[in-house]
Amino acid sequence: MEALKDKLESSFLVFENELNGQALGEVHNRRKEAFERFVESGFPTKRHEEWKYTNLKPILKHDYRVFLSDDNTVDFSAIKKFFLSDTDTYKLVFIDGYYSSWLSETTHEKFDICTFSSMLTKYRDVAEKYFNKALPKEEALASVNTAFAKEGAFIRIKRNQTADKPVELIFITTDHGVETMSQPRNLVVVEENAEVSILERHQSLSSKPVLTNVATEIFALRDSRLNYYKIQNDVHTASLIDSTSVKQYANSSVTVGTFALGNKFVRNNLNFFLEEEYTQSYLDGITIIDEGQTVDHHTLVDHKVPNCYSDELYKGIYDANAHGVFNGKVMVHPHAQKTNAFQQNNNILLTDKASIDTKPQLEIYADDVKCSHGCTIGQLDDEALFYMQSRGIPEKEAKALLLYAFANDSLRNVKIPALRKKLNRQIANKLNVNLDFEL
Amino acid sequence: MKTEESYLEEVTASEYKYGFYTNIESDKVPPGLNEEVIRIISAKKNEPEWMLEWRLDAFRKFQKMTEPKWPNVTYPEPDLQAISYYAAPKKKKELESLDEVDPELLKTFEKLGISLDEQKRLTGVAMDVVVDSVSVATTFKAKLRELGIIFCSISEAIQEHPELVKKYLGTVVPKSDNYYAALNSAVFTDGSFCYIPKGVRCPMELSTYFRINEAGTGQFERTLVIADEASYVSYLEGCTAPMRDENQLHAAVVELVALDDAEIKYSTVQNWYPGDKEGKGGVYNFVTKRGLCERNAKISWTQVETGSAVTWKYPSCILKGENSVGEFYSVAVTNNYQQADTGTKMIHLGKNTKSTIISKGICAGKSNGSYRGLVKIGPRAENARNFSQCDSLLMGDGCGSHTFPYIETQNKSAKIEHEATTSKIGEDQIFYCQQRGIGEEEAIALIVNGYCKDVLNQLPMEFAVEAQKLLAISLEGSVG
Repeated sequence: MEALKDKLESSFLVFENELNGQALGEVHNRRKEAFERFVESGFPTKRHEEWKYTNLKPILKHDYRVFLSDDNTVDFSAIKKFFLSDTDTYKLVFIDGYYSSWLSETTHEKFDICTFSSMLTKYRDVAEKYFNKALPKEEALASVNTAFAKEGAFIRIKRNQTADKPVELIFITTDHGVETMSQPRNLVVVEENAEVSILERHQSLSSKPVLTNVATEIFALRDSRLNYYKIQNDVHTASLIDSTSVKQYANSSVTVGTFALGNKFVRNNLNFFLEEEYTQSYLDGITIIDEGQTVDHHTLVDHKVPNCYSDELYKGIYDANAHGVFNGKVMVHPHAQKTNAFQQNNNILLTDKASIDTKPQLEIYADDVKCSHGCTIGQLDDEALFYMQSRGIPEKEAKALLLYAFANDSLRNVKIPALRKKLNRQIANKLNVNLDFEL
Repeated sequence: MKTEESYLEEVTASEYKYGFYTNIESDKVPPGLNEEVIRIISAKKNEPEWMLEWRLDAFRKFQKMTEPKWPNVTYPEPDLQAISYYAAPKKKKELESLDEVDPELLKTFEKLGISLDEQKRLTGVAMDVVVDSVSVATTFKAKLRELGIIFCSISEAIQEHPELVKKYLGTVVPKSDNYYAALNSAVFTDGSFCYIPKGVRCPMELSTYFRINEAGTGQFERTLVIADEASYVSYLEGCTAPMRDENQLHAAVVELVALDDAEIKYSTVQNWYPGDKEGKGGVYNFVTKRGLCERNAKISWTQVETGSAVTWKYPSCILKGENSVGEFYSVAVTNNYQQADTGTKMIHLGKNTKSTIISKGICAGKSNGSYRGLVKIGPRAENARNFSQCDSLLMGDGCGSHTFPYIETQNKSAKIEHEATTSKIGEDQIFYCQQRGIGEEEAIALIVNGYCKDVLNQLPMEFAVEAQKLLAISLEGSVG
């Protein structure tokens, strides 16, 4: 970990030099500030309460290359499977951190769907208003991302507009023959009464370990509606650390769905900051993992103001020696009366080697609230299994059906039919069955 | 008509009723914490060499530790050097009957409503009364002796049953377990010791009354309860402390050992001085309580916590043997500026182990209550079962309630359920009662009473009365 920290420190100097004229100004000040915070705190260890169950050491021990060349190209045919089929979408595709214009489809008409770098140059006011204003300062990995923030997606849906197509963000890391690290940075601004659905994926084509440290800031202004889905189904050599922060303003409704099926290691830091009243927040998650996989979901819903509603539903199925972590925190500040917060986490362990550590947490400083959480760890119902078997469904399929039904609840807010289909297929695949129907 | 607010105000305004100071001369060791003090304590108590070594070892371990910062409470750190670690009432002589007890003391107990004679006659409870740190009266001893039950102060046990103390002391809560447990191991002055022989069912509730009495003394009690194979004991512990302005530290250690097929029921009613309305003064209650269950054994913790300025306390069960059972029932009431961080740990190691956690928090005024619990299922704990329920009731918008459940599972056959809710007293419930002619005050009483019932039902009859009394003092009149 120390080696990587040293490397990042020297890389930051290189990065600053290459910025030339841009190294001055507000945006870079924020980068520097974030980096100083990281240098001071270092990477979190298991001694940090937020990292109690997850050890970063094996992930950070590699000698990652921080800056990649843009030599490698990728054929559309090789990555076609990562896109939504039979649905027209706006696309932002990045190869090794570089924007790939010929694989992408962007727009500037009624709304901006373009790159983070062009936002930095074109819309300086936007950058100054929003850059690093949502991510919590104390998260070391988000700070590292902020320090190196250069490229990624920028989506701004202007007032009263509804995006006519979903937006797909795809980040590809190609094979460079060495361990690589990438740090995309996204900014999403959904203005007053605007609406959009976004899909995010990170895929590695490399045979070497890849670490993606992505950070996304989302601002949902008054009366806006946003659906944000993350498909985390990468190869078993890839690790993902995702920091996402959402700021919600009056009457806005935001859904973030996190579907973790792949990767060697996934850590999600998902934060919702409710800034104004009458917001709705939905946090959904499905985790289905097996051999050698770790998925850690950390969520925070910060009820700062009265009359907000939040609903969290995370389901997990753990096979082989998979390790799952769920830490859901609901914070209700003084005066945030009439808060209605709900949190549920259900888990199934399929083997004795699999383990789950869960910590649903409530911190409540207001009295007129309705807050509850439920958490279960259990197995499939033997009777249900027997019922199905007695009606001619083989054990394997019966089990898969039950597991599928268990996880399916968390797809409740997936509004894009093609995505629903894709997720259904991926879940069936992961459960090793062929489900020729859709729920 | 009284509004709910004005009623709550009245409730919160009630002063601590048991604040008084008994004037008994004390034999005090000068304040300070060092090896010398530990040697003095050990010498004063006429302890054998191995006990002194044990204390010194604990003290050395303690010196390497630091005060834990993780609990969700804030308080000025107690100055351990300013505490006198030994205070014994001076008029000390062998006492056979209650008549010989200092009449001042008896008055104290009368004020508390626990006159020894009455308790003795009416309830059949044997009391090991601890004022400050040394026990002065032990009753019903003869009757217990017939059955082979040993119930005495721990200092006496060290003298008379060294083999039992040596074998079990520190086995459940090791000396280096945590900061305050280590401190306790080094300087504990007294406490209770109880041994139930094989196959014996203790015919009465064993009870200890702790009182902090001397100004400026911390109390470091050490309790060790051993239930041998197939025995049963119900143990009661209760506390009230006199009103005092400076903070007093109470760092006790309780160890329970339930051997094969044994059952221990440990009930606590805690009402240390919680500080005044401005949050000034009050007792710091930092307690380590833990029980070890062997095969088919059962340990049940019941607690009603109404006092103390700052509490952190996690009565735990290590379910080591097959089919062992752990239970935890708790009502924690905080008011004014009280802070409580309490909960339990259920550590499932053996097959078919079961645990139940029922925690009810009531927060009023500007207080903060936290539930912090751990349920851990080890890889070998086949078919482990846990059910946890943590509810919080909030009264007033200045208080806070928090839940920190940790659930760690390493076995697929485990079945774990956890649920927590936080809400204020239901307005429609109050409305419903009022509609039927029940006054608001009584309605709140009814609701709170019903809310705590699951836990209060677990208390032994004799104690349930006391518990309701103390609840009633904390939330004046709302618990009938």
